[in-house]
Amino acid sequence: MKKSIKIIASLLLATGLFSCNNSEQKNEGNRGALASNAAEKVYVAPGEHDEFYAFLSGGYSGNLTVYGLPSGRMFKEIPVFSQFPTSGYGYSEETKPMLNTSHGFIPWDDLHHPDISQTNGKLDGRWIFVNGNNTPRIAKIDLKTFETTEIIEVPNSAGNHSSSFVTENTEYVVAGTRFSVPIPQEDIAIKEYKGKFKGSLSFISVDPEEGHMEIKFQLIMPGFDYDLSHPGRGKSHGWFFFTTYNTEEANSLLEVNASQNDKDFIAAVNWKKIEEYVNNGGGKKMPANYAHNIYDDKTHTATSTMKKEVLVVDPLEVPGAVFFLPTPKSPHGVDVNPSGDYIIGNGKLSADLTVHSFDKMIDAIENKKYDGEAYGIPILNFEDILAGTVKQAGLGPLHTEFDDNGNGYTTFFISSELVKWNVETREVIDRQPNYYSVGHVMIPGGNSREPFGKYAIALNKITKDRYLPTGPELEHSAQLFDISGEKMELLLDFPTHGEPHYAAGIPAEIIKENSQKIYKLAENENEYATLSPADARVERDGNKVHIYMTTIRSHFTPDNIEGIKVGDKVYFHVTNHEQDFDVPHGFAMIGANNAELLIMPGQTKTLLWEPKQVGVWPFYCTDFCSALHQEMQGYIRVSPQSSNIELSWSLGED
Amino acid sequence: MKKAGLIMIIGSLLLLGLFKFPLWNIMLGAPQYPDPMGMNIYITGIQGVQEFDIQNIDGLNHYIGMQKIPKPEAMWEFEVFPLVIGGMAALGVLLGILGFFGKLNYWWFLSWVLLMTLLGIMGMYDFNAWLTDYGTNLDPKAIMKMTNLDGSPMTYKPPLFGHQKMLNFDVDSYPALGAYLMFAGMLLTLLAFFVGKNEWIKKYKYL
Ligand SMILES: [Cu+2]
Repeated sequence: MKKSIKIIASLLLATGLFSCNNSEQKNEGNRGALASNAAEKVYVAPGEHDEFYAFLSGGYSGNLTVYGLPSGRMFKEIPVFSQFPTSGYGYSEETKPMLNTSHGFIPWDDLHHPDISQTNGKLDGRWIFVNGNNTPRIAKIDLKTFETTEIIEVPNSAGNHSSSFVTENTEYVVAGTRFSVPIPQEDIAIKEYKGKFKGSLSFISVDPEEGHMEIKFQLIMPGFDYDLSHPGRGKSHGWFFFTTYNTEEANSLLEVNASQNDKDFIAAVNWKKIEEYVNNGGGKKMPANYAHNIYDDKTHTATSTMKKEVLVVDPLEVPGAVFFLPTPKSPHGVDVNPSGDYIIGNGKLSADLTVHSFDKMIDAIENKKYDGEAYGIPILNFEDILAGTVKQAGLGPLHTEFDDNGNGYTTFFISSELVKWNVETREVIDRQPNYYSVGHVMIPGGNSREPFGKYAIALNKITKDRYLPTGPELEHSAQLFDISGEKMELLLDFPTHGEPHYAAGIPAEIIKENSQKIYKLAENENEYATLSPADARVERDGNKVHIYMTTIRSHFTPDNIEGIKVGDKVYFHVTNHEQDFDVPHGFAMIGANNAELLIMPGQTKTLLWEPKQVGVWPFYCTDFCSALHQEMQGYIRVSPQSSNIELSWSLGED
Repeated sequence: MKKAGLIMIIGSLLLLGLFKFPLWNIMLGAPQYPDPMGMNIYITGIQGVQEFDIQNIDGLNHYIGMQKIPKPEAMWEFEVFPLVIGGMAALGVLLGILGFFGKLNYWWFLSWVLLMTLLGIMGMYDFNAWLTDYGTNLDPKAIMKMTNLDGSPMTYKPPLFGHQKMLNFDVDSYPALGAYLMFAGMLLTLLAFFVGKNEWIKKYKYL
């Protein structure tokens, strides 16, 4: 009896302690009134539109997803670096060149950081740039068509991670290397890392009219890991900041060996100075081999060109262009506030946030207040440039974004929280838990001079129990906060696709009116387009057979084809003659070893089919295009290789 | 009859608006067409409200066996209407000028109005006949042959004026800017008649 009372008492005690520890979580569950208020804030009635677009990187999906805020509804997945059987991207003959690289065709990448083009430091909503981390590439997505229209490979780079951030007038999209490598590549011992390996920081110019990208120059830096980067804004426009880790230059067990230095660096690069140097003939042309792939909206076709040269710049040749700002503990994100006054280092192994002053940095540079150098690059004195620190803000800061009221919002991975703080006073204002382990945060326009400080989304790395369980593998999770008040308010959880490393948001009205509804058939310049059903035909050229086919609700022209032989390479060039919004046709061929085509109104796409078996094989439309969709089909007769059946084709003949 | 002559000239000139603006407008909206498709009927031909509306209306109509919307050269009306409107405007202006200089009396103005009204009624009659043919003369091989509840074949004549529900579509048919300008012009020419009558009586009452 006595014993059992004791047990009960200790149980009660334990529960009491437990509930004390979890008071925050309990409150969460009990706030019914608050929750219904949150529901109203994220409710976008049927047929209504969201206030913001959010573009979430897909990480290892290789693609970019488009969401609406505040609803958290997903609208589209835009294929960028990964083959996408849904539309045939990377499978169709027209889009295969988009995924060409110096390593050949690469069907996948790891897409990290979207950034929207800007004019005068404001989002202009023309393009969005993203980086492929694995096989270094930068892609441009056109926000009229929401299609990937350009991909440029980045030579002399590996782990293209401190990318793809744009300067204030989209002069450059910048790509830095995370893994230093021998430049140029050579067969040397890995132990020779220190001194032999280099990190390249690439400044890719963007043509203001068409957005075409070109590598203007690559800055060849010491062999650190360049983790993230950020352009200066306003007064600091003309500078670019890169975080570094592994300034120890370890090549093995970096987990330990790259975490020894108390401080790593933020590299401050005066790109205007280097641009001037390059424009005056500075730099050295170096042999290279990298792909530049451009997709044309009129031909609906991508072309891939191999570039053979890149201009490299040794930072020591441009005095006063590159400096190191000591920053504690392996900083991940480096972020510049909207006015451009402060450079925030998110030392991921520390509890504090380092806030450097741009003015102080300039002052230290002008007065040559150096604290040594690394590989000839001056190191500024930490105390001289420090504006202050946000003390004990949380554990493991990763990334900071800003609102338009002078506040920073920093994610803390280890303590799993989003912390709001005042940039001038560096006082913490509010903190909200994240479920769980947040990576980056995004505020629409938070990467520009004029953020729209209404919502923030936290991009969480761990999902666990937030949704109905779906086996061991889960989608990641984002959390939407209302940040319009003094305190942040959690409004919504929503699952995200792949692993969003970062996102970009923009008020819907900036881009929605420009979103294209169809491609005009009259402007279709595809080499294999069939502009009139009367021109639909089949042509043989050796063992290549070209089928010029049209679609309109709801038939293919032609729909019966004979004279194809085993061993032929059959190219279906399908032109969609619809000129109505949201009426694609699909094309699928039995036994095709690739994917389907999803052809938008006015577009031409080509699928290659190599028939291997004799017989009569059907094809059909995969998109439920009309009430007669199920009738949208056709047959191909495949004869033995030795057959001499003539090519013939028809539509509507009995 | 200076005032009346001027009003007559202005009224007649308003007819020329029909060369720039549509006479009639028919809009077709449906749940899956939140932006309705539409056709503007000009005296010179039929055009889509949006660039591809005609093609898209034809595309949908082929399911129920309707004919394509005619090209200008396929209908004599699109040759004759401009001549009639142009001729009537010229005649009205001529009458106005002659009236202005007192060379003819106000009854001429009313005659013009009556002639114009007669031509208008004939035009509407012809337009209605075309709508009837367009909506009822269906392809016997139509993909979808719809029937009414009584078993009679369904027809698709758009309303001459007003709203009508046709299958999944809401069809609205109303005069457009060119027609309103024409109506305004005709009212002015009628006004010219009355003003002219007043002016005439004032001038000649002491005779
Ligand atoms: Cu179809």
